[in-house]
Amino acid sequence: MTRQQTHRIAITVMTIVSAIVVIPIIMVIGYVIWMGISAVNWEFLTQAPRNGMTEGGIMPAIVGTVILTLGTAIVSMPLSIATAIYLAEYAGDNRVTRWVRLAMVNLAGIPSIVYGLFGLGAFVLFAGFGTSIIAGSLTLGIMTMPVVISTSEEAILAVPQQFRTVSLSLGASKWQTIWHQILPQALPGILTGMILGLGRAAGETAPILFTVAAFYLPQLPQSIFDQTMALPYHLYVIATQVPGMPVSIQYGTALVLLGFVLSLTLIASLVRTFMRRQREW
Amino acid sequence: MDIIAVKNLYFTYADGGEALRNINLAIPRNQIFVLFGPSRAGKSTLMRLFNRLSDLSENATHQGNVLIDGNDVFEPGTDVYDLRRRISMVFAVPTPLPGSIYDNLTYGLRMSGMRDRAEMNRRVERSLQQAALWDEVKDRLKTSAFALSGGQKQRLCLARSLALEPDVILLDNPTSGLDPLSTATVEESLYELKRRYTIVMVPHSVQQAARVADQAAFMLDGEVIEVDSADKLFIHPKSKRTEDYITGRFG
Repeated sequence: MTRQQTHRIAITVMTIVSAIVVIPIIMVIGYVIWMGISAVNWEFLTQAPRNGMTEGGIMPAIVGTVILTLGTAIVSMPLSIATAIYLAEYAGDNRVTRWVRLAMVNLAGIPSIVYGLFGLGAFVLFAGFGTSIIAGSLTLGIMTMPVVISTSEEAILAVPQQFRTVSLSLGASKWQTIWHQILPQALPGILTGMILGLGRAAGETAPILFTVAAFYLPQLPQSIFDQTMALPYHLYVIATQVPGMPVSIQYGTALVLLGFVLSLTLIASLVRTFMRRQREW
Repeated sequence: MDIIAVKNLYFTYADGGEALRNINLAIPRNQIFVLFGPSRAGKSTLMRLFNRLSDLSENATHQGNVLIDGNDVFEPGTDVYDLRRRISMVFAVPTPLPGSIYDNLTYGLRMSGMRDRAEMNRRVERSLQQAALWDEVKDRLKTSAFALSGGQKQRLCLARSLALEPDVILLDNPTSGLDPLSTATVEESLYELKRRYTIVMVPHSVQQAARVADQAAFMLDGEVIEVDSADKLFIHPKSKRTEDYITGRFG
């Protein structure tokens, strides 16, 4: 067999394997669309549930998930970026950073239901926020931190060293160098990591189960100390807790949640592509 | 008084590699002072100590003194940011910062807290003229600095240092990647510049050293072998090792 032939066979095998990876995701999305699309209409997106949630729409759950996603970003983004800057630019390698990294690895590995229980103990009960948006956002924020920190740190470290040297050589301080050179150049990577983290947070049920989610709450929350409905928990409720639930509403809800998470992912890749194109080096 | 004086300077990197050994130098004002020698002689390391860019090498240690206008740069009270504006470095690889030509030229000024637009515009024009780049870029100051050619980028980096109106310009092999024509342009601008500034330069070659230097120091393995005026050093070197190097017997 010639080298050209082995090359061609290798390419073919890899193409097929890659295609196989794509098939399940297409099937999942296709099935949810197939089963749910009939339920999704303007009323479904803009009305509160009625009649034991078997009729009407899921508007409060959509709004709740959007609010929780924003809340997660507000909690997670400043803490994560600050930690990433510290780890990448200031910390070096010492006992403190080894502990921080160890903590991050472990945080990333903790099951989400444990975050939910922690949020119940720490924010709902101990801090006295009650079952509320703020407790849920804090719980989800902590949960997303490890992934956002590590992607942000990678983005910061990927900025070429010579830009730091040049900036410092022109009399900029270390912080000025970080603020004016490093962060703008690392921003696409940081935002990508952030949005992917939010995508995960938006779809989680367990962390919000005890901290924020309402079983049925047709009106919208008035403050961050109120409960709210949220899509993943609503989906869990109507799929398992409500007898006589029309299947199309279950899958319609799943479709809306899937659409929300997929559009976050899509935004992440658009942000990355667009900002990469702006970059000149 | 000499603008830079180095006394009994030793420098050791974190891995224990001794980069500089017992350096003594006096660099007078308004001259082109050339540090030359084979690679790994410690030329760049020495230059980086003049404005404490050496701080970036973590856990490196030094002994001895580097005096700028009689003040030791390693004194605890030294304003290192101000020092780097006064002793400004141009690197071998021309590295524009992301942004426009204008942004690049004003970066150091903005970081020092300058807000005066008119003053910045004045310095942009003047530094570009001094670096012989004004005519080529005056109509596109707001366009990206990355669109410039290699030779233009290097002159931009020179102008970026000049905009700070420093006392000393450190040039670390500023013509390394340039074609002969761009090299000549840069060298010519140096003769103009030394009337206003003191220039310390690591040259691209012995030939370039001989062309541009007023004074020169030959370095080898972290030591200064010989310092003299260029007229003497390149024609009648005192040390055998200097002679061997400039006549091309090693290096």
